[in-house]
Amino acid sequence: MADAIISMKGVNKWYGKFHVLRNINLEVARGERIVICGPSGSGKSTLIRCINRLEEHQQGQIIVEGTEITNDLKDVEAIRRDVGMVFQHFNLFPHLTVLENLTLGPIWVLKTPKAKAEADAMTYLERVRIPDQANKYPGQLSGGQQQRVAIARSLCMSPKIMLFDEPTSALDPEMVKEVLDVMVHLAQESGMTMLCVTHEMGFARKVADRVIFMDQGEVIEQNTPDAFFDQPQNERTKLFLSQILH
Amino acid sequence: MTQTKFAAVSVAPASVRLSALAWARDRLFSSPLNILLTALAVWLLLFSLPAFIDWAVFKANIHASTGQQCRETGGACWAFIIEKHRLILFGTYPYDEQWRPLIATVLLLGVIILSGFRRFWNFSLIVMWTLVLVVVAVLMWGGVFGLTYIENSLWGGLPLTLMLATFGIALAFPLGVVLALGRRSKMPAIKSICVVYIELIRGVPLISLLFMASVMLPLFLPEGFTIDKLLRALIAIVLFAAAYIAETVRGGLQSIPKGQYEGADSLGLGYWQQMRLVILPQALKVVIPPLVGIFIAMFKDTSLVVIIGIFDLTLAAKAALTDQVWRGFSVEVYLFISVIYFVFCFSMSRYSQLLEQRLATGYQR
Repeated sequence: MADAIISMKGVNKWYGKFHVLRNINLEVARGERIVICGPSGSGKSTLIRCINRLEEHQQGQIIVEGTEITNDLKDVEAIRRDVGMVFQHFNLFPHLTVLENLTLGPIWVLKTPKAKAEADAMTYLERVRIPDQANKYPGQLSGGQQQRVAIARSLCMSPKIMLFDEPTSALDPEMVKEVLDVMVHLAQESGMTMLCVTHEMGFARKVADRVIFMDQGEVIEQNTPDAFFDQPQNERTKLFLSQILH
Repeated sequence: MTQTKFAAVSVAPASVRLSALAWARDRLFSSPLNILLTALAVWLLLFSLPAFIDWAVFKANIHASTGQQCRETGGACWAFIIEKHRLILFGTYPYDEQWRPLIATVLLLGVIILSGFRRFWNFSLIVMWTLVLVVVAVLMWGGVFGLTYIENSLWGGLPLTLMLATFGIALAFPLGVVLALGRRSKMPAIKSICVVYIELIRGVPLISLLFMASVMLPLFLPEGFTIDKLLRALIAIVLFAAAYIAETVRGGLQSIPKGQYEGADSLGLGYWQQMRLVILPQALKVVIPPLVGIFIAMFKDTSLVVIIGIFDLTLAAKAALTDQVWRGFSVEVYLFISVIYFVFCFSMSRYSQLLEQRLATGYQR
């Protein structure tokens, strides 16, 4: 691929003896939106967590924005500045207000002046539609609101890539939509490169350029959403889809 | 419309005020065991309280000029405390200069109290402390501005206790935090050093550390090079308390979920930024109660410096007892210094509870 923003070649990872990622080769184009799905324990979360070095890979090569991920801390921190991440359990900082959560990264990592960081944070809070919660603490918000704050927190770093690690699976059902709406909006308006681990197939159909199916640490199948859902090739893919698309 | 209906139904019941009788029946006499305990408590109070009040107030003597006169009334001899309060409070500090430690103590207490208010938690606090420390040093040592020089072996009493505790806590706390972080470090060398240090120090009593600091340390130092005795005691206290603080803080660090580290990592925060901005503020909040427990213990443990001959509040109290004219009033003296210790320790305890409430941010653990 000519303009690959992420490139993984022959990536392998083990947890002890458990082979969690097997020979992953993946190229992600700038602006591409990828949905990764697969059964629990298939290594999909581990895969995207390797992209910002929350997990270490043991073999192979991962290059993000031209920088290879190695043990070099400076490189890792540089990559993390460019890669935003949204977690299943939000991971907001409970001792800081929403606004402080949003400005922490810009002020300390990007050295943005406080006033500008706060103004930026407010625009992002408006984008995720909760500007009125700026001075509350995360513990005072609902799950859906917290996840939207978490998305805004990542966006405040003006990342080039956004990783979503099952962003809706810890939410109560009635809050899933508000988070997905924000994500759809982000995908359609910003042209951001997105990698999203999710089982929200409606979301995948709506915004994904490519759907990747993983099982037992391997990429089994990848295709455009329509082809993926309508004509799955692999038996395991068919089985998985039959289980989640009741 | 349904909403208003619901609102009308869901009014919280007004909190019921129990009558005194109902309260007593509910809280004091609800079961045979409770009745027994209530009776026991009442009997203990009746047995001890009147006698104590009689001794401490009605039969007390505050005017006597000798021990003999004092003994005649048969109650507490507060006259003795009044007579000796300056010795107890300021120890061997020259009598005519005792206004200096008095002002120093008041200043130190003032800045400690101000430090408790959140609105001063900024640069002004550093300025305030620096100023106060300079003024306290000038007052205590003197030698400038026409103040006579008083060497610190003559310092004593409450100011000394207060200074040992304040500087002890102020220095042991950061050291303890660094040790706690070190013990959780991924670097084996740093980790082992911290583990060995913590376990070694926790394995010895403070008294032996104080002895080592006062007796053994000078043996290892080159000829002609001495460290002040007071400083040596302070170092021993700091080294000792830091080990305990480290373990308490480590407990706090372990209570922080992995997601907090990952959240901070994903923003690109470096290790020290992560610790300072995300992890420590939460970890320390969790361990406020045990941490203040350690501080309180430290405050009281400063009284152990008497064994290496430093004239703190406790030793000053003992010195007051040696006066031939006033013999046998140890109860009064020890009660007096106990009240002083209590006031400080209780204040710390109350403040920690207040701080916990103030720092609560909605997450109930």
